[in-house]
Amino acid sequence: MIAEFGLAALWLAAALALLQLVAGVAVLKQGETASPAISALVRPSAAIQGVLAAVAFLALLVVFHQTDLSVKLVAENSHSDKPWIFKIAGAWGNHEGSMLLWVTIMSLAGALIALLERRLPEPTMIATLSAQAFTGLGFYAFLLFSSNPFERLAPPAPQGMGLNPLLQDIGLAFHPPTLYFGYVGLSIAFSFAVGALITRQVTPDFARAMRPWVLGAWIFLTLGITAGSYWAYYELGWGGWWFWDPVENASLMPWLAATALLHSASVLAARDALRAWTIMLGVVAFSMSMIGTFLVRSGILTSVHAFAVDPERGSFILALLAINIGGALTLFALRASTVAEGERFSVTSREGALVVNNVALSAILGIVLLGTLYPLLTEAFGVRVSVGPPYFNPVSAIFFLPMLLVLAVGPLLRWRQDSLGRVQKQVVLIAVVILAALAGVAFSTSIGILPLLGIALSLGIAVASFMPLIGRSILRVPLATWGMVVAHFGVAVALFGAACDSAFTQERLLAAQVGETTQLGPWTVTLEGVDPVAGPNWTAIEGRLSARYGDGRPTEITPQSRNFWTPPQETNEAALLTRWNGQLYAVIGEEGEDDRWQLRLWWKPFVTLIWYGGALISLGGLLALIGRVANDLRRRSVQRRGATRRGEQPS
Amino acid sequence: MRWLLALLMAACALSAAPLAAQGTLPPAPYAYRQLDDPAQEAQATELMETLRCLTCQGQSVVDSDAPMAGDMRHQVRTRIAAGETPEEVRAWLIDRYGDYISYKPSISSVTWPLFAVPVLLAVVIALVLRRRLGGRK
Amino acid sequence: MNKVRWTFWVPLALFGAFIVLVGVQLFRPANDEVASAMIGKPLPEFDLRPASSTRPGLDTADLSDGTPKLLNIFASWCVPCAAEAPQLAELERAGANIVGVAVRDRPEDVAAFLSRYGNPYSRIGADDVSEVQLGIGSSGVPETFVVDGNGVITYQHIGDIRPEAVPLLLEKLREAGQ
Repeated sequence: MIAEFGLAALWLAAALALLQLVAGVAVLKQGETASPAISALVRPSAAIQGVLAAVAFLALLVVFHQTDLSVKLVAENSHSDKPWIFKIAGAWGNHEGSMLLWVTIMSLAGALIALLERRLPEPTMIATLSAQAFTGLGFYAFLLFSSNPFERLAPPAPQGMGLNPLLQDIGLAFHPPTLYFGYVGLSIAFSFAVGALITRQVTPDFARAMRPWVLGAWIFLTLGITAGSYWAYYELGWGGWWFWDPVENASLMPWLAATALLHSASVLAARDALRAWTIMLGVVAFSMSMIGTFLVRSGILTSVHAFAVDPERGSFILALLAINIGGALTLFALRASTVAEGERFSVTSREGALVVNNVALSAILGIVLLGTLYPLLTEAFGVRVSVGPPYFNPVSAIFFLPMLLVLAVGPLLRWRQDSLGRVQKQVVLIAVVILAALAGVAFSTSIGILPLLGIALSLGIAVASFMPLIGRSILRVPLATWGMVVAHFGVAVALFGAACDSAFTQERLLAAQVGETTQLGPWTVTLEGVDPVAGPNWTAIEGRLSARYGDGRPTEITPQSRNFWTPPQETNEAALLTRWNGQLYAVIGEEGEDDRWQLRLWWKPFVTLIWYGGALISLGGLLALIGRVANDLRRRSVQRRGATRRGEQPS
Repeated sequence: MRWLLALLMAACALSAAPLAAQGTLPPAPYAYRQLDDPAQEAQATELMETLRCLTCQGQSVVDSDAPMAGDMRHQVRTRIAAGETPEEVRAWLIDRYGDYISYKPSISSVTWPLFAVPVLLAVVIALVLRRRLGGRK
Repeated sequence: MNKVRWTFWVPLALFGAFIVLVGVQLFRPANDEVASAMIGKPLPEFDLRPASSTRPGLDTADLSDGTPKLLNIFASWCVPCAAEAPQLAELERAGANIVGVAVRDRPEDVAAFLSRYGNPYSRIGADDVSEVQLGIGSSGVPETFVVDGNGVITYQHIGDIRPEAVPLLLEKLREAGQ
């Protein structure tokens, strides 16, 4: 019953999206003569559509929570013995459920702009909502015609097939929704860009209206990528946190585009420059979300085939991409030349620095996209190649490192025109910090060139990020500026962690007997014992290790090697011992000859800073978002008061 | 998207039968053992991070518990210990499996665009910045 | 201004190329196989101990004695290897000289496997650390290589041998003997 209810809500939502689109297009076609009755249909359709999609998604959650095995999706992806939290998370841990989540977020986002956004000219808003409805309709069609999550199974399955044990992890359960909020939140920027192109209204107001939505999506993306990276670090059991895997690149590309978009929207909002460029980025950001999701979901890049079972789905999504992205890019090509370039500015200005940021981020995006797709390209000609970290790291660094230098100085510059002479003191200080760190680290260690530059630049940026606060009364600094400071400081923190991890990590592999002790950097680790343990749907071997840092007190850590039975699979549960200056990472493997156990130990100095940095970057985004929204509310209430006062005067 | 990576890995592990069932012998001597010389071990690790595991094709040989990855680690470590340079070992493997096994693309008639495009990007950026910013009225 | 205008079409053109590329790949059959790059090259030097007491071990000289052979990479723990056993027997009946390389296998497991599924091999070497497998560019089990009389690899068959592949392998073996 609940499944049918959910399906009905989904159909109704799709119908409302159609209404939203048709009404919107009619209004835009008729222009001035459009009937207000039709135009009044657009916003409510968007709002109700959002609610209905949410109802459909809730229905899916309920079905999964109940483990209703007469629903095909539940039978294939869940199991009645699972902890309830993972039953719910199972709802989006599969193709159909994640597409429903995608559509739900998209409709909710559309509902929110329909309800909240009032500062743009109404035709632009109607064009924006029509674009949102158009994209949404494609995905509704995809869900309803080829990926129905509510499909019944007759007769019901006696038991579910279970969920991949690697996914039975609390961090991972909430990772996909976080990323999806980011991916799909960018659809708003896409629709705004299309709306602005249709009505030729590329104004600072457009940028101000779009900015909070981009910020919101970007915060989720940053959090999602950070959390995903930490998850891979502790769950996959090899101590790595970024592999330049196609799946990771798929999440990085929208983030790069969204980061560039955030910064160019600032220029457009403040200075009415970079109009066409900002529109372009708005289109590209969501396109990257869709392309990335498609590439991963289609299995085209990974040679494990998600769509291969059903190539119809692959071509369906590809057609959606072609229509949406192709349409937006065509519109861009036709209209962008009629969008004037906007104001000019000098290279030593805030805009100048932001332009450098934008081209560098775009270049990195281009390289990641190229490196990800290149194996696919050569395969079309029958040659298989691999592109991995040895390519991505140095090549992206060519653009990333200069960008970081500009990041240090750019926020100190004034808009329009400035000179380095004015901020001479600060620039010299930053340069001294960087050079001193460079020399200090280079002489005292023998680490690679990239980590060396990373450490030096991160220290420089850490100092530089707080300089915009100098000479200002701390309490009167706008929240958005605090956001920038915190986010830039977060970049320094994450970079420092990443550089230290790659430069100073120490590894120890050993086959240890109980009682054996080993040294690893400052650590003394002893294998105290190995015991069998059992969980709700797994059994495990648990190693008891006592780890002592320097002369400190020993701490017990317990890495496990788990065996799940539905479906049968082994996972490694690494044990982490966190100190302020890094993490000890321990994994227990199989039993070898003469009662020896495989142990893998790593000492990773400052590795946690990578994720603290990511969290700081998101926090910076959040502060900026709160600042912007608060400003907007204040402005609105002032306007409203002004309007009522004007209204009172004539009477 | 990380969870998809996990799914893919699981699919790999399941379709290729459980990893434990890919051999009845204990792992090769240097599969889970480091070389005694830290400098050689560092060289070996750096190389192994850039070699593709042939059983679980999405992972490098240091990131995989597949027995074949263990055998590849053994092969790499023994060759490095015997005095070969990491690039010689890489070339030896590429001679046997083609470029696919190495995550470090070499410049060849097939891969030159990978290196030409970044250079092109840098040139375009330099030109655009000069035109937009340098030629200020 | 005209100069600027065509640049606005560049993103669309790139996206079009992407759609074509992906569209083509979507309908191509998946290819997970890693082909050996050793076809046409001589076997590496190796000397494997016997994998079971019933057959002698295998070294490079055995494979350059003038007769072309099938070199079958297998293991007792590998399910498809059992599935291809009837085809190997058929190849042997058709006159093929088959030598085996047992990967990561204990002698008693190999012996049990052979007694259960038959023994088409004239020699079986034990490849405990995938030395031969890596040396000839094989990426899994089972795989079957055609080696000519001078020890040069002339053909690689990836995966288990299905009945329909038997004539092809015999043909390749005959070519190697010419």
